[in-house]
Amino acid sequence: MSGSLSRRDLVLAGAAFISISGRSQARTYGGAVPWTPGIADAPRGVAEGELKFFTAAEAAFVDAAVARLIPADHLGPGAKEAGVTTFLDRQLAGPYGRAERWYMQGPWQDGTKSQGYQSRLSPAELYRVAIKSIDQHCRQRFSGKTFAQLSADQQDRILTEIEKGKLKIEDIGPHAVAIEGAKGPHSDTFFAVLMQNTIEGFFSDPIYGGNRDMVGWKLIGFPGARYDYRPYVGRHGEKLDLAPVGIRGRPAWNDQQS
Amino acid sequence: MAKKLPAVDVALVGFGWTAAIVAEELTAAGLDVLALERGAWRDTPTDFAVTFAQDELRYMWRRSLFQEPARQTLTFRNSMDQTALPMRHLGSFLPATGVGGAGIHWNGQNWRFLPTDFVARSHNEARYGTLPESMTVQDWGVTYDELEPYYDKFEYLCGISGKAGNIKGRIQDGGNPFEGPRARDYPNPPLDMVYGPTLFAAAARETGHKPFPCPAANMSRAYTNPLGVTLAPCSYCGFCEKFGCGNYSKSSPQTTILPVLMRRNNFELRTQCEVLRVNCDSSGKRATSVTYIDTEGREFEQPAEMIFLCAFAQHNVHLLLLSGIGKPYDPKSGEGVVGRNYAYQIVSSVDVFFDDKIINPFVGAGGLGVGIDEYNGDNFDHGGLGFIGGGYLACWNTHGRPIELHPTPKGTPKWGSKWKEAVARNYLTTATISTHGAVMSYRTNYLDLDPTYRDAHGRPLLRLTFDFGDNEHRMSDYLTDRAAEIAKAMKPREIHAKKRNGHYSVVPYQTTHNTGGAAMGTDPRTSFVNRYLQSWDVPNLFVMGSSVFPQNAGYNPTGTIGALTYAAVDAVKNIYLKNPGPMVQA
Repeated sequence: MSGSLSRRDLVLAGAAFISISGRSQARTYGGAVPWTPGIADAPRGVAEGELKFFTAAEAAFVDAAVARLIPADHLGPGAKEAGVTTFLDRQLAGPYGRAERWYMQGPWQDGTKSQGYQSRLSPAELYRVAIKSIDQHCRQRFSGKTFAQLSADQQDRILTEIEKGKLKIEDIGPHAVAIEGAKGPHSDTFFAVLMQNTIEGFFSDPIYGGNRDMVGWKLIGFPGARYDYRPYVGRHGEKLDLAPVGIRGRPAWNDQQS
Repeated sequence: MAKKLPAVDVALVGFGWTAAIVAEELTAAGLDVLALERGAWRDTPTDFAVTFAQDELRYMWRRSLFQEPARQTLTFRNSMDQTALPMRHLGSFLPATGVGGAGIHWNGQNWRFLPTDFVARSHNEARYGTLPESMTVQDWGVTYDELEPYYDKFEYLCGISGKAGNIKGRIQDGGNPFEGPRARDYPNPPLDMVYGPTLFAAAARETGHKPFPCPAANMSRAYTNPLGVTLAPCSYCGFCEKFGCGNYSKSSPQTTILPVLMRRNNFELRTQCEVLRVNCDSSGKRATSVTYIDTEGREFEQPAEMIFLCAFAQHNVHLLLLSGIGKPYDPKSGEGVVGRNYAYQIVSSVDVFFDDKIINPFVGAGGLGVGIDEYNGDNFDHGGLGFIGGGYLACWNTHGRPIELHPTPKGTPKWGSKWKEAVARNYLTTATISTHGAVMSYRTNYLDLDPTYRDAHGRPLLRLTFDFGDNEHRMSDYLTDRAAEIAKAMKPREIHAKKRNGHYSVVPYQTTHNTGGAAMGTDPRTSFVNRYLQSWDVPNLFVMGSSVFPQNAGYNPTGTIGALTYAAVDAVKNIYLKNPGPMVQA
């Protein structure tokens, strides 16, 4: 390792340095409780609007894929209608997409299943590489059609293959440099990330761009970001049918959001 | 070159539960105490206000209260013949960073260990014969009776809600009859019980068990603790574990100690300061200082008369190895103590699906549940079972957080319309019985320094070599079978028993109950600290927290960590300060 740092290692070392030195500074406290009123660390919401991370082709793939993972059906809207693509786009454009909290130093090697994720791709890089690879695979197999252009049955078949790790995620395109020497992750790795993120987008607070109109919460009967259920503790076995509430309340509370 | 700072009486590494206790007790005793915390200051109204604390994505899935692997992680392998690889993001366990440590984001399930747990080797060998050679299980060097006053002290600090099962040897109806005798009842009555655990309690009773409300660090009513700090009644919001409590209802350093401690003039806290090593004098028998680095990369040397390692279990061990204190454990020879006796917990569950019963999982609290203790520790005859140890069974109603919780029956597809339909059908109507099993210590489960991977400061990562033993699998399967029997007695539509099969994996979240590596005991050849958590080798160095457990028991560890910390600090005040030096002769 030492003496032969790759470009990638240097980039990563720099990134690690920035993420740590970019924190607030060391502070000393004593003799008083260091609390200032009115500075609550409230989350900033996601604004609707143009894509921040995905290309149009990638967004088409994600729209199509999440619509099969959690479909719209007789029970109500699915992941696509819930805005999961917007959710994912903003997540991948941010610290999660960059794997900012992850340990991303080499050397890189395949491990056992119990050792977990060992790809040098961040989530954002993984999506970029995997979507390109899957679409290329679909074009070859379905006379030029991308995943998004396939029928629902065909998409389900491809997703099943991805889930089982049968599709090779090729390291192609401009990111080949960034992931030089990396063994491509198996498609089941990508599937697990995609499904987890889809669930996140479908069921997280609407402030992050998914779960639009709280459709995920309504589907199952989760009343949302409420903080006091004391009146309901003793109501054993009752279906409560509480209208869900998000961090920003709900439309009926606030005309601007209705 | 590190800048040398003026000496203090006591330096604490890390500032979670154990450091807050040590700081409160020793500042009250008149000492100057300094805590060094690598993370930031955090308080309830700023960092987990009720207006946004119920944010599953931010806190659980984007890990905002937890340790960042980019800054510190470990490498892992199941066995010595494998190459350990870094845990690149968190999974199996969730250590914290920041003021309050994991005391911020625990559930509040607060137990005592059994009297027999503290004498695990001598008790089990007396009853069942010699333990397998591969096990390094040992007695703790302290007994339950000796710890009882300190368990009591921690429970009253926290305001634990519960029902005693054994007061001074008299069994109490409705409590846990298997617990060790306690001096008095819990400070608060049990939480109000929700439907799922109530159904479990009835089925457990019907099948001959003695169910009891689990002890919870969630307040069943407003409570003012002996330090004069007041906690508020729990509102059952279902955002405890992995979250900070926005309602001052869950015990944490912030809600029980800091309002008093932070005002003391002989206490100082430095945040964003990460301790890199503990320094000793040339004899190696006296710790002189700690070296730490701030966020601008400046190094400081902080001298102290006494040093307490109060970081997360694995980090204490990492720091000892990096500092060259104590003999590192060698699994081949069996010699050495630092890194020895690492253990964990083994968990499984049984989902109980109803059609006609609305469980409402979201009306929850971290310690809200009913348990049975018939199959814990040595509460039952293990003759012919092929294992020692056990665990509790409990039906918790901790949360209904929808990214995490979507129980589906066996055979349900993992995605698509059928999955969606199953989630929608079962979310409100499923209860779960959990098993929480002990893990014994073994020669080949240990911690040392990784030969390859480095942290952000260029130091070797800690390397974890761990797998469950046959003992643990047999025990966990036994517990799961018992849970399934009670599940059936709840008369559900169907059940799904999820046994813990195969190798230990760092991927799925299981529990943050990592133990060992700086074990306590009676013999310096097999333990790093004595019964007062004092280093045998370096008597002015103390190690707090679950890194001192010689093996794990079938309960959540926080109550025992609190008790051991109070016991240690009492010994420091009553013995060490009068005559600094070893408090136990080797």
